Amino acid sequence: MADGKDDRNDLDTNGGVSRRGFLGSVVPAAVGVAVAREALSAPAAAPAVAELPAGEPAKLTLVVNGRTHKVLVEPRDTLLSVLREKLGLTGTKPGCERGECGACTVLIDGVARYSCLTLALEADGKKVTTVEGLMEGEELGPVQKAFVEEDAFQCGYCTPGQVMAAEGLLRENPEPGLDEIRHGMSGNLCRCGAYAHIFKAVDKAARFRKER
Amino acid sequence: MLPSFRYVRPRTVSEAVKALAAEGARAHAGGTDLLGCLRDGVFDAKSVVSLSGLDDLKGISPTKDGGLKIGALTTLAEVARHPGIAKGWPALAQGAAAAASPQLRNQGTLGGNLCQRPRCWYFRGDFDCARKGGEICYAVEGENTYHAIFGGSGCFIVHPSDTASPLVALRATVKVVGPKGARSLPVEKLFVLPAVDHTRETILAPGEVLTEVLLPPPLEGAKGLYRKVRSRGAWDFALGGVALALSVKDGKVASAGVVLSGVAPTPWRVPEVEKLLVGKALDAKLAAEAAELAVKGAEPMSGNDYKVPLVKGAVEEALLALA
Ligand SMILES: Cc1cc2nc3c(=O)[nH]c(=O)nc-3n(C[C@H](O)[C@H](O)[C@H](O)COP(=O)(O)OP(=O)(O)OC[C@H]3O[C@@H](n4cnc5c(N)ncnc54)[C@H](O)[C@@H]3O)c2cc1C
Ligand code: SF4
Ligand code: FES
Ligand code: FES
Repeated sequence: MADGKDDRNDLDTNGGVSRRGFLGSVVPAAVGVAVAREALSAPAAAPAVAELPAGEPAKLTLVVNGRTHKVLVEPRDTLLSVLREKLGLTGTKPGCERGECGACTVLIDGVARYSCLTLALEADGKKVTTVEGLMEGEELGPVQKAFVEEDAFQCGYCTPGQVMAAEGLLRENPEPGLDEIRHGMSGNLCRCGAYAHIFKAVDKAARFRKER
Repeated sequence: MLPSFRYVRPRTVSEAVKALAAEGARAHAGGTDLLGCLRDGVFDAKSVVSLSGLDDLKGISPTKDGGLKIGALTTLAEVARHPGIAKGWPALAQGAAAAASPQLRNQGTLGGNLCQRPRCWYFRGDFDCARKGGEICYAVEGENTYHAIFGGSGCFIVHPSDTASPLVALRATVKVVGPKGARSLPVEKLFVLPAVDHTRETILAPGEVLTEVLLPPPLEGAKGLYRKVRSRGAWDFALGGVALALSVKDGKVASAGVVLSGVAPTPWRVPEVEKLLVGKALDAKLAAEAAELAVKGAEPMSGNDYKVPLVKGAVEEALLALA
């Protein structure tokens, strides 16, 4: 997952100005920091209603792969677009953007979900894990390693989503049988039809996780 | 990109009701259906009212009478894996487990599953069809492979939900809170046939929020299941299906809920079949007779007559599985 590693290095939220990081952070020119509001991170005396007008960006605190980011988001921004375009975490892939393909799968509070159908504002206060976050230091995590060893992809476009779906499945059910794997992975399509290898990889990943 | 909207996240149901009563406001539970509709321009939203801050509407708890209360924001995954539901109300557990994909079940809620918009491809596509306020139903002359064989008139959608039919079979009720207060009604009464109003699927008025689903206590000798037939083994809407909620006493059916899915604009209850079953021992002959009766009066369209034998077979198989 060289891609994932790059992203992580690229991205220093404490003011790192790698090209991608800078482009991603859009802040000053477009909206002006002054209008950026922290509309939704509930202050001590929480109001009955949190509200954000259409088209108006507010500062949102997102916890992604264990790091806290402040990003400007407007109501219509999806988690998928914020991860990719504002945080430079391009491991998460856009596919159908309609909940049909699974390329955009991430974990939210440890549970697999589609980031294309999640408003960024809905991830407020939750822990997001992307494929970049499965790295264990410089090493691939168990699921990633199993996908490589089992050759569980061809073009690789669906792979980050498959890996995240597998991670979600194994957190819920550490020792799934083949049928459970097939069902657990049914929210992810692979145009290249690498399914047989993907199922093998998930099985292997379960073993890797146990041996850890 | 999604079209622009205002975002509101109330912390109480009454604030949610107020926010939802505003013109152009849309409720957001898991967002899995809402965001798809907004992206495809099926309808628009001036404001999206997120219910995710309403913690009272989450979770499953027993009621005093031995039934179960399921908050509208409970996810389908939670419903599917709840051991109490699997035991006492199996049709619902199986319906929730058969819906959509793992990710969608982790995110989609029971309330949202009941209130989701139909999947007719004209409705989802760029067609100003009758359900969107236009003049005609394009499915009549067009592609109607996945459309209704019962209950259509002016519009021929099938209801997309896999939890609705089980809930009707189980005689569940829903609680709805709106500007005029709270009301409870049978799940069966939540849905609207096109003959009554072909522009809406539920009776919910602006500002009304579905807050909970109530399951009555399981009957003695309760048995049930949900049988869904689809083109793939997983992740697909029903081509047809059936929810059964029976109780058996002394070898005979004492009560029966039989509700078809994927064949009509609402969950399609077949009272004649329910009546036929009661008082008799469930065997192969009765199952065949019931299946025949279940599809009586079906009105297939040009491209969906396969649904008649399909549903008939599903009903027979499902009844035999409980015999
Ligand atoms: C690719 C795909 C495949 C799917 N396959 C299936 C399937 O096979 N079977 C099946 O049953 N479903 C299926 N679904 C539907 C899926 O289960 C629903 O999207 C989900 O259950 C809706 O839940 P939600 O909480 O995300 O709803 P939302 O998207 O938040 O809401 C759906 C609608 O209901 C309204 N609403 C939501 N909650 C309330 C409430 N408490 N009170 C009043 N109104 C409310 C919203 O305004 C909106 O119009 C599929 C969806 C997708 C995208
Ligand atoms: S079946 Fe209903 S939703 Fe589909 S085209 Fe006809 S009117 Fe529109
Ligand atoms: S991009 Fe999210 S499911 Fe296809
Ligand atoms: S490897 Fe190409 S889409 Fe799955």
